[in-house]
Amino acid sequence: MAIELMALLKAVQERFGDDVLGHSEFRKQATLRIKHTANVKVLRFLRDDPSAKFEMLTDVTCVDSLRLPDDMLIEYPERFAVVYQLTSLVHNERLRVKAYVPEEPCEIDSVTGLWDAANWGEREAYDMFGVVFRNHPDLKRILMPDNYEGHPLRKDYPLKGRGERDNFPKYTEIVES
Amino acid sequence: MSAVDEIKKIAPTASKEVFKTMSMNIGPQHPATHGTLRLKVELDGEKIVKVEPEIGFLHTGFEKLGEYRNYNQFVVISDRMNYLSPLNNNIGFAVSCEELFGVTVPPRGQYIRVIMAELSRMADHVVSVGLQGMDLGAFSVMLWTFIEREKLYDIFEAVTGARLTTSWTRVGGVFRDVPPDFPELVNAFLSKFPAVIDEIEYMLNKNRIFMDRTIGVGTLTKEQAISHGVTGPMLRACGVDYDIRKVRPYLCYPELQFDVPTRTEGDVYARYQVRLAEMRESIKIVRQALEKLPGGGPNKEKLPVNSLDHKVTLPPKDMVYHDMESLIHHFKLTMPGHGLIPPKGEVYSSTETPNGELGFYLVSDGTGLPYRVRIRPPSFYNYTTFVKQTTGRLISDAVACMASINVIAGELDR
Repeated sequence: MAIELMALLKAVQERFGDDVLGHSEFRKQATLRIKHTANVKVLRFLRDDPSAKFEMLTDVTCVDSLRLPDDMLIEYPERFAVVYQLTSLVHNERLRVKAYVPEEPCEIDSVTGLWDAANWGEREAYDMFGVVFRNHPDLKRILMPDNYEGHPLRKDYPLKGRGERDNFPKYTEIVES
Repeated sequence: MSAVDEIKKIAPTASKEVFKTMSMNIGPQHPATHGTLRLKVELDGEKIVKVEPEIGFLHTGFEKLGEYRNYNQFVVISDRMNYLSPLNNNIGFAVSCEELFGVTVPPRGQYIRVIMAELSRMADHVVSVGLQGMDLGAFSVMLWTFIEREKLYDIFEAVTGARLTTSWTRVGGVFRDVPPDFPELVNAFLSKFPAVIDEIEYMLNKNRIFMDRTIGVGTLTKEQAISHGVTGPMLRACGVDYDIRKVRPYLCYPELQFDVPTRTEGDVYARYQVRLAEMRESIKIVRQALEKLPGGGPNKEKLPVNSLDHKVTLPPKDMVYHDMESLIHHFKLTMPGHGLIPPKGEVYSSTETPNGELGFYLVSDGTGLPYRVRIRPPSFYNYTTFVKQTTGRLISDAVACMASINVIAGELDR
């Protein structure tokens, strides 16, 4: 990790105080851990501040921590973690920001106002995990059908589904005209 | 009496707006949609007032499936995601896993991976340019480019044993070395290929119809592209020289000389030009890599292609028969619940595929199965710009934009 990024993470921690839960590093990749209530203001700072300039949101996704071993729960204090992968084209840096969302209420503010890329990314996270993004312009399912029940990537959702395939409406009679 | 007045007479309470626009469905089964994509379009005459892309028709649950497969088994899934350049996806996934496991691949392994990745990039770009031509009426370009792709697929078949479902890489290496006549095969192809690119340029670059339908169509500004997370040729056509091979190098790319072609217009024509220029750069890369390839084609010195850390890669069969430790490694790697265990942690690693940045976000809980596999597909974020590109333009422009994004539906929906 570059020294610059380390200094930046310290500055972010000082600036936002309790909203920042800490930062860590693994394989030279930095992660910033924040509270879900502060995601928009921290990310806005990271996007606009000249020392950060993370002007591209590479990816937004979610992780369900239900089946994680206990010693990894420091990284995942709540049920869900919304993970933002940020890229700075100017400084050529990468940063991962994790905002922790509790199971109830499973809500977080949308960052579509900061990056257009968040629109579909958040829709997918909603579709797959059921995390509701407040103030999203068009929050609906993107990959699964609109009438689908459940959120497939949650850890308590079985691999083979809950019988959705078997319960499709079927035509069993041949209608003679 | 005008049409609107006539309708007003029949239905006096309806507002004028109702008659102005027409809703139309394009897809999911349509030859110009490049896969199963659906567009809900509101038309005013031929002009697009509102467009809403609907995706998910090819959703296969690869991310869920990844949580139930070990790291080497997921390689098979990674090439099913992309049916134009499966090798790039194989290599992208392998590079991400190696970052998680902390292993490095020996130089020979890196070079053959780079050569195959660039050949695959050419196969993807040449077909995408051909299909772009076909969508705009230049059918012969498509036929010519598919001939070239067949030649490339013959090379892939000689190296990987399959044309499309290559499943070539393993964590820490590849499943076998290239055949001894590999440099001749590639050189035979490279000697003819530049002439084909010239021919494509000759057919399309100054083609009046092609120019009219692409120049100034689907223009994106630099800021819009960055905000939408666009990567690859689409971003470089907007004037941003962002290429993962240059800015965050992986494998042996730092040892090779190549340029990153860019254009500033940001329209469909610029993307076509960037793709053509990238193919020429790929030829340069492959030529250099073949020259520098440690061991050459036959590999007489038996230089390794796989990592020598046999806790990750299978030891050679010879060693398994004569060496106790290698036998244990072999057993542990092939038995379920044993080997190939990464440390606890998570990485996001990305490679430059023909369409842009392909990222894998792997969360490992210290068991043989990944806890979470997130695939960051380039097509997904590139396709989000489609609404901005086409709103307010003619419906025929939508076809040109769609072709230039080069959406791979398998990767888009996963």
